[in-house]
Amino acid sequence: MKILVCMSVVPDTTTKITFTDNNTKFNSQGVQFIINPYDELSLTKALEIAEQHSGTVTVVNVGLADADAVIRKALAIGANDAIRINAEPKDAQFVAEQIAAIVKANGYDLVLTGRESIDYNGGMVCSLLGALLDWPSVNVCAKMVYNDGKIEFERDIDGGRQTVVSNLPVVASAQKDLCEPRIPNMKGIMAARTKPLQVVEPAQVEVASSYEAFESPAAKQAVRMIDAENAGQLIDILKNEAKIIA
Amino acid sequence: MTGIYAENSEGQFKKAVLEAASYASQIGNGQIVAVCVGQPNAGEADKLAQYGVNKLICIEGISAFDAQVYGKEIANVLINQGVNQVVFANTYEAKSVAPRVSVIMNASMASNVIELPETSNGFKVKRGVFSGKGFAYVTLDKANKVIAITPNSTELKKQATSIQIETIQSSGSAGSTTITSTTKAGGKIPLTEAEIVVSAGRGMKGPENWGMVEELAEILGAATACSKPVSDMGWRPHGEHVGQTGITIKPNLYIAIGISGAIQHLAGVSSSKVIVAINKDPEAPFFKAADYGIVGDAFEVLPKLISAAKAAKN
Ligand SMILES: Cc1cc2nc3c(=O)[nH]c(=O)nc-3n(C[C@H](O)[C@H](O)[C@H](O)COP(=O)(O)OP(=O)(O)OC[C@H]3O[C@@H](n4cnc5c(N)ncnc54)[C@H](O)[C@@H]3O)c2cc1C
Ligand SMILES: Nc1ncnc2c1ncn2[C@@H]1O[C@H](COP(=O)(O)O)[C@@H](O)[C@H]1O
Repeated sequence: MKILVCMSVVPDTTTKITFTDNNTKFNSQGVQFIINPYDELSLTKALEIAEQHSGTVTVVNVGLADADAVIRKALAIGANDAIRINAEPKDAQFVAEQIAAIVKANGYDLVLTGRESIDYNGGMVCSLLGALLDWPSVNVCAKMVYNDGKIEFERDIDGGRQTVVSNLPVVASAQKDLCEPRIPNMKGIMAARTKPLQVVEPAQVEVASSYEAFESPAAKQAVRMIDAENAGQLIDILKNEAKIIA
Repeated sequence: MTGIYAENSEGQFKKAVLEAASYASQIGNGQIVAVCVGQPNAGEADKLAQYGVNKLICIEGISAFDAQVYGKEIANVLINQGVNQVVFANTYEAKSVAPRVSVIMNASMASNVIELPETSNGFKVKRGVFSGKGFAYVTLDKANKVIAITPNSTELKKQATSIQIETIQSSGSAGSTTITSTTKAGGKIPLTEAEIVVSAGRGMKGPENWGMVEELAEILGAATACSKPVSDMGWRPHGEHVGQTGITIKPNLYIAIGISGAIQHLAGVSSSKVIVAINKDPEAPFFKAADYGIVGDAFEVLPKLISAAKAAKN
């Protein structure tokens, strides 16, 4: 059982998001970077499956050298080895094409992603990989159980949940509830130092999109307070002034 | 030519699909073609026509949802129709299908798109990034384009036309997945599409107190949501959890009751058009993100809101 976990490196969840260079770049000054929370879940699930079925877990990241510290953390959590594709992750399509090339070269039974990265929120890489590899893809999974050459997934659908059984190979994306993320222990941190982190150069791919500028959400107007004694007044305001309820 | 994917849920086209139709009619010149899997209920095609769709192609012969099969069959039809730009409503189903269609069509794709494109110089869309904490302007460089729009973020603009319906057989591509069971949250409005959301947090003290929250939601025609600890403790189903690690929503009205307003919670709701915070603590951070606020005990405020909302209905 060879498992590949796609990992994006993202600003810590409490980061105040600002932009620089005339709003053309994310301002990473003083920002702490972490493993994308959904990727932490897929990594943990991959380790659980690998432990039960004598498998291996490789982590792949498309990113520059500054991602290495976070990749080491994934190794400390328990991944066997890591691959970094040495390129700025331009967009989800670029990332997926790079990872698809790795999958084709090395061969895996299971590829996991997060349901989305918390920075670019594309939610696209899982399905893109499915199409690029012509594999089945199962998106937004809160459960994954490997059994007898197949995986049973529980995935979110609009207004509900669905159980889906897939043949291998398959690519799937992780949703919260999949598992409790593991944290590195001392032994893992020591072991991570000597685990292989292979750096490979990117494949040439056609440019799909260009990020040109960023914008912060408009500042909110000051809150208008309504006296709790007359709470019902809120309904009147929402209906007749804000015209937001019928 | 411009296409849309007309996702149907039990034969019906949801509002989000009509938004996709309206978006497509506004960016397209010429025919707008919609592709759907299976047959919609009687009268549903006319809804699409209201928003400018001239042609609906129904694909017959696909027995169950499989992302790989849907991707191929839908892309096939779009390519055969000569479609070069496709609009999806960004639902769960679309997230599984749209990227696959973009690969097969060799298109550029953007998800979470919230405005019509700017086309004076290339094709530039605005999309939500950083979990509600920012927006990006992205140019889609390839000739073909796939756009997935966030429900409730674009205007529904009537542009009535007549619609022609065609049925074609699927090409029979085979999938590798089998659906073994489906559980639907019965009859409720899906959170991601709701125009009004009533949400509550740990301030409600326990699951037994949600009756009031549900009652207010019912009267307002709203979906219900909750904070992370509330779903973690099992007070509410997981699917209601909004925020950084939950669902991101963008309703017209978000009412937060007994929720402190932690940054991770706000990340999932701050793009709502109007936010109301109800909290007994005047220092609760939610008031900084809200348009309207009530400082008070939820157990006293909610009954007042419920009776006012009832009165306003009649
Ligand atoms: C990595 C990470 C990701 C996270 N992701 C999310 C996420 O996606 N979504 C999310 O919600 N949280 C998330 N959190 C948790 C978040 O930080 C907060 O802990 C959480 O949102 C708090 O939930 P709460 O407001 O319901 O509870 P509390 O913080 O306990 O707040 C309860 C509020 O209710 C008020 N209150 C109490 N009694 C009453 C009453 N009778 N009437 C009126 N008001 C009352 C209190 O004044 C208080 O403000 C995340 C945290 C981390 C670290
Ligand atoms: N730069 C990257 N390197 C490796 N995997 C990535 C990268 N960016 C995104 N992914 C994977 O794709 C998932 C979805 O990302 P996105 O489509 O950007 O929302 C993430 O949870 C990761 O698993």
